[in-house]
Amino acid sequence: MKIEARLMLFISGFCAVAAAIFWGAGLNRAYRTMTSGGTIMLGACCLLGLLPGGYYLWWSKRMTPRPEDNPEATQAQGAGVIGVFPGNSIWPFVLGVSALLIALSLVFGFWTAIFGLTLAISAVIGVIVESRRGGVV
Amino acid sequence: MPLLLLGGAVVLGGCQAPTFGAFRGATTQGHDEFNLWVGMFIAGLVVAAIVWGLIFWTVIRHRRRGSSAIPHQFHENVPLEIIYTALPVVIVAGIFYFTVVTENKIDAVSSNPAEIVNVQAHRWGWNFTYDSGKNLSQGVQIATTAEPTLLAQPATSKTYPQLVLPVGETVRIVLTSVDVVHGFYIPEFNFSRYAQPGVVNKFDFTPTTTGVFSGQCTQYCGLYHAEMLFSVRVVSKSAFSHWLSAQQASQAQSGSGATS
Amino acid sequence: MTLLAERPGVLDEPHEPEPEHGPTGILKWITSTDHKVIGKSYLITSLVFFCLAGVMAILMRTQLASPDSTVVSQHTYNELFTMHGSLMLYLFAGPFAFGGLANYIVPLQVGAPDMAFPRLNALSYWLYLGGGITMVAGFLTVGGAADFGWVAYAPLSDAVNSPGAGPDMWIVALILTGFSAIFTGVNICVTVFYLRAPGMTMFRVPIFTWNMVVTGILILIAFPVLTAALIMLWADRHLGTHIYSVAGGGVPVLWQNLFWFFGHPEVYILALPYFGMVTEVLPVFSRKPVFGYRGMVFATISIGALSTSVWAHHMFTTGVVLLPFFSLMSYLIAVPTGIKFFNWIGTMWRGSLKFDTPMLFAVGFLIVFLFGGVTGVFLASPPIDFATHDTYFVVAHFHEVLFGSAVFGGFAGLYYWYPKMFGRMLRESLGKASFWFMFVGFWVTFMPQYLLGLRGMPRRIAEYSASTGWTSLNRISTVGAYLLFTAVAIMVVNFYVSWRRPVQAPGNPWDGHTLEWATSSPPPHHNFFRLPPIRSERPLWDFNHPEHTTRKHAEALAGTSRGATPEPAPVPEEAGTT
Repeated sequence: MKIEARLMLFISGFCAVAAAIFWGAGLNRAYRTMTSGGTIMLGACCLLGLLPGGYYLWWSKRMTPRPEDNPEATQAQGAGVIGVFPGNSIWPFVLGVSALLIALSLVFGFWTAIFGLTLAISAVIGVIVESRRGGVV
Repeated sequence: MPLLLLGGAVVLGGCQAPTFGAFRGATTQGHDEFNLWVGMFIAGLVVAAIVWGLIFWTVIRHRRRGSSAIPHQFHENVPLEIIYTALPVVIVAGIFYFTVVTENKIDAVSSNPAEIVNVQAHRWGWNFTYDSGKNLSQGVQIATTAEPTLLAQPATSKTYPQLVLPVGETVRIVLTSVDVVHGFYIPEFNFSRYAQPGVVNKFDFTPTTTGVFSGQCTQYCGLYHAEMLFSVRVVSKSAFSHWLSAQQASQAQSGSGATS
Repeated sequence: MTLLAERPGVLDEPHEPEPEHGPTGILKWITSTDHKVIGKSYLITSLVFFCLAGVMAILMRTQLASPDSTVVSQHTYNELFTMHGSLMLYLFAGPFAFGGLANYIVPLQVGAPDMAFPRLNALSYWLYLGGGITMVAGFLTVGGAADFGWVAYAPLSDAVNSPGAGPDMWIVALILTGFSAIFTGVNICVTVFYLRAPGMTMFRVPIFTWNMVVTGILILIAFPVLTAALIMLWADRHLGTHIYSVAGGGVPVLWQNLFWFFGHPEVYILALPYFGMVTEVLPVFSRKPVFGYRGMVFATISIGALSTSVWAHHMFTTGVVLLPFFSLMSYLIAVPTGIKFFNWIGTMWRGSLKFDTPMLFAVGFLIVFLFGGVTGVFLASPPIDFATHDTYFVVAHFHEVLFGSAVFGGFAGLYYWYPKMFGRMLRESLGKASFWFMFVGFWVTFMPQYLLGLRGMPRRIAEYSASTGWTSLNRISTVGAYLLFTAVAIMVVNFYVSWRRPVQAPGNPWDGHTLEWATSSPPPHHNFFRLPPIRSERPLWDFNHPEHTTRKHAEALAGTSRGATPEPAPVPEEAGTT
């Protein structure tokens, strides 16, 4: 987990440094206001990396060591349940269609969003029910 | 194969001394760019030739020839890796230095230009207004009369506006756009700059050779982008002032803001 | 049913196939959350978009083959290059890599049973399909498809200059596919971070997977910015905001800043996966490990980091960017890319090179990408960019880079993994013919374009006058485009032949190094019954050739190789159902 954390924090740190240099180098330029977006975006990228990177770092010091981080681990050490993987499910498709309808309302007017939202709500309910009872399609 | 094509490219591009396909630059600024281009092209060619050489060498020499013997399994060589990390850094630092030097020369604007020309781009044409060297916009206006047609004419045809510049003098171009983003591009000056709404771009040309050069909009600006052409005529200093006063006289005659 | 995936055991033990259950037919496809099904869907869909965009390119090249051409009208031409760019960049090159091959291969390479979020994975495919259809459907609207270029520079893309539903559909399509990319990016990162097999430390993860992780991070950096920019563009078009228009106090250059802040990481989103594919192919067909594995990883991460701060090298001629900053950053990207090149050469050096189709494409990639890379360094120099910006020099440069990576690299990956994905081999003769047509066609198409650019031909022009002297070079380029078209047609024939007359693929046809070859072709549901011990970045090679492992890993391997497995590996219970 430490390497994952360092990866995120490295990119985050790079963006912070780049943002600082970019901001500093642009100080005396007439067009500074036109490029101030760049400083903000680089700063936001720094925060974006800090969030998962910081969490991974924090968690890596508390978690029990994982076999995938142990260079000497055998397959036997990792035996057992990995996690819950859903089987076939219609709801991603329904949610995709609803997202398409909602997005198309930006082109064709509000009415497609009504269908889209209806489908989206049913998909959300569907996913929750499916996850709770581990049910079939 | 690539080198062969590249050789062909060089032959096709420059008939005299190697220009590697590029224009020599009809302004001092354009010529500075050309010198950088030649330097970088040679550097790039050397690097590419070395890397291609290594690729072709290994591809030809290390083919599997019948035997299924497994080769020696080496997988790292730290000193070598450090060398080929450090070497590109040095090359990059070198070309960055020359880039900055050239860029400063090209971007430098004279405090006392001989003539100021306001270039205003619109869909799909150009307006050139001359300030007559005194920063007054009482000068000469040349506008396009071109309506987009089905087929583009040569850039030098009468359909498109012509920018007239004096040779050997530094001329300031003040570039703006009234609608969308356009690109003010004169290939033989080795220079282009966006004409953008809300931005006033200023740069200098110091033409070194007389002649007529074609220009064109490079930044896609809508339906008739391909027909947004103009030309530049570089004339001697005396011919330029003659032309300018003739234009002023004719425009004074036909009323203010008239088009030529 | 919800399956509790279990860790697989050791490779040696026999296994019984899992019984199939669940829906069948088209419902099986629609409801599937299996990364293999979704990956194949992505792959096929993106190749369809690739062929569509290729046909558009052929139309454009036909138009440009002669001066004053009227093969298509100017308006149609403008639509064609806009949609060619949009389809190739948003719907082919990206989704083919991170939706198609990565979706299929990454879980296999790290020894995972599926992606971390299978339903999210399915959702991202449906968003991508919906977005793609929406984009192409723009052609059916009254005003035609979007015609403001794939970069949609404001204010050309506002409601006055580009009215109609076509541009709106383009915006909507990008928002949808953008979300699809974001979901896939999250999915890939989480899969690699949390679902690796025991012993698969981060520095043993294959380079392709490493590159996909960095790509995933870049997606998370880039696509939200694009989505935000698009929503503001839509608001400008419909809600009367003036974010990108001077009239209301807005800043048109803001669009370029936002777009390229997305656009340049996007270029690496389109390149890094293909670098990864080539890095998988070269060692296998050289029968050697990757040279400088760690250098490769650090180079990838550096490219990822640097790509966040080079966006304005697309805007050098705007006159309102910091030239030295962006120039230096762009030059610096050449350093990790150079490291990669030398590592690729080091991988082949003194190997035992076998030129099957994937290897041909991979070496082709090295040769063509190098040229695109060198001209990229030229363009990172503002003065040279002033002379060539928005000319065919740039067109040739980015086609060499993108075609070089997405098509040469991508087809190397496709030919390499096709047996794993579809369980059947492609014909070598057709594959090689396709390669040679493509390799020759590539140079014939794009080398003249460099010269055209240097002779002043701007990009995106629908016509030119004969007096410009560009005719003969354009003709040569068009001939090359037809050669490329032939190459792709041969590949389609190859797919057809393998579909109608299948040749069964074994589990490990290329003597592969990585875990995806340790399972059957195609892999069973949840991928693995057994896994080999993982003691290096190429566990399967160590398992198959225990006497030829790299020295460094040899001792670590001594206790666990096939000859001497000390611990009795437990027989995993069959996947349970809750």
